[in-house]
Amino acid sequence: MKSLAELKAIRERVQSQVSMRAEDHNHIRVVVGMATCGIASGARPVLTTLANAVQEKGLTDKIAVTQTGCIGLCQYEPIVEVMEPGKEKVTYIKMNPDKALEVVERHLIGGHVVEEYTLNHADIK
Amino acid sequence: MMTEISLNILDVTENSTRAGAKLVSILVKADTGQDTLTVSIKDDGCGMTKEQAAQVTDPFFTTRTTRKVGLGIPFFKYAAESTGGSFSIQSEVGKGTIVTAVFGLSHIDRMPLGDISSTIHTLIICHPDTEFVYTYEYDDASFTLDTRELKEILGDIPLNTPEVSQYIMEYLTENKQETDGGALL
Repeated sequence: MKSLAELKAIRERVQSQVSMRAEDHNHIRVVVGMATCGIASGARPVLTTLANAVQEKGLTDKIAVTQTGCIGLCQYEPIVEVMEPGKEKVTYIKMNPDKALEVVERHLIGGHVVEEYTLNHADIK
Repeated sequence: MMTEISLNILDVTENSTRAGAKLVSILVKADTGQDTLTVSIKDDGCGMTKEQAAQVTDPFFTTRTTRKVGLGIPFFKYAAESTGGSFSIQSEVGKGTIVTAVFGLSHIDRMPLGDISSTIHTLIICHPDTEFVYTYEYDDASFTLDTRELKEILGDIPLNTPEVSQYIMEYLTENKQETDGGALL
């Protein structure tokens, strides 16, 4: 069994690096819909992929990945919203882990909205 | 439609956090002797009135305003009952709610437990202000993860610090493997 003793070693190692990360108003917020509709259509792997990618690329100081409930567009789940201070909210629909990685690369890192995955791009009648 | 029991757990536990729960206890228990897989989610959230608790298994009842159907609990209930199991929900206003689902372990219609470690990890990392006690039992073996114990060791280091988050995921997967010996649930 993995024990909690290992966690003590992690604390020693990390303690020196952790600065007080107060809620930074310049944070980009990435929000994943995680109600029944989102979960049933695959939101968990999308959230995991986004959170892991942001961690692996060392972007946790700039980007916060969180979750929310149902925003009322169940047919377009999994939905990911990107909220950047001073910019219009971008709503990505029908996401999957591959699309999520693309959004990390092209939008969160590159600064260009991946238009073809957005709600605006979808042919809504 | 949910494809894993663990996704039902994620969904129901999201309701607990939305109900303002400070402590959520999740039990997943496989008993090969009794041929049952029991899932129990207990929270100390705002609870429900008798009338509400009676209505939540109705797919056309929800307290949400964004849509008119509430499928989370009905999905979970029918998934359990269709395997010869049972489902119950007990709730009291101001005290909290306990949801219990028992599945027939070897029943052909039982959906797989799925990636329960990822589900628990997601819940812990996304709800830093909620405490979780997760217990996984397989016959006589078991392990527990209590976020209050983690926080006591970590002090002011948050659980979503990359190193800590990774440790939690490893703790969940390695201890599950040791508890059930890699049994496919």
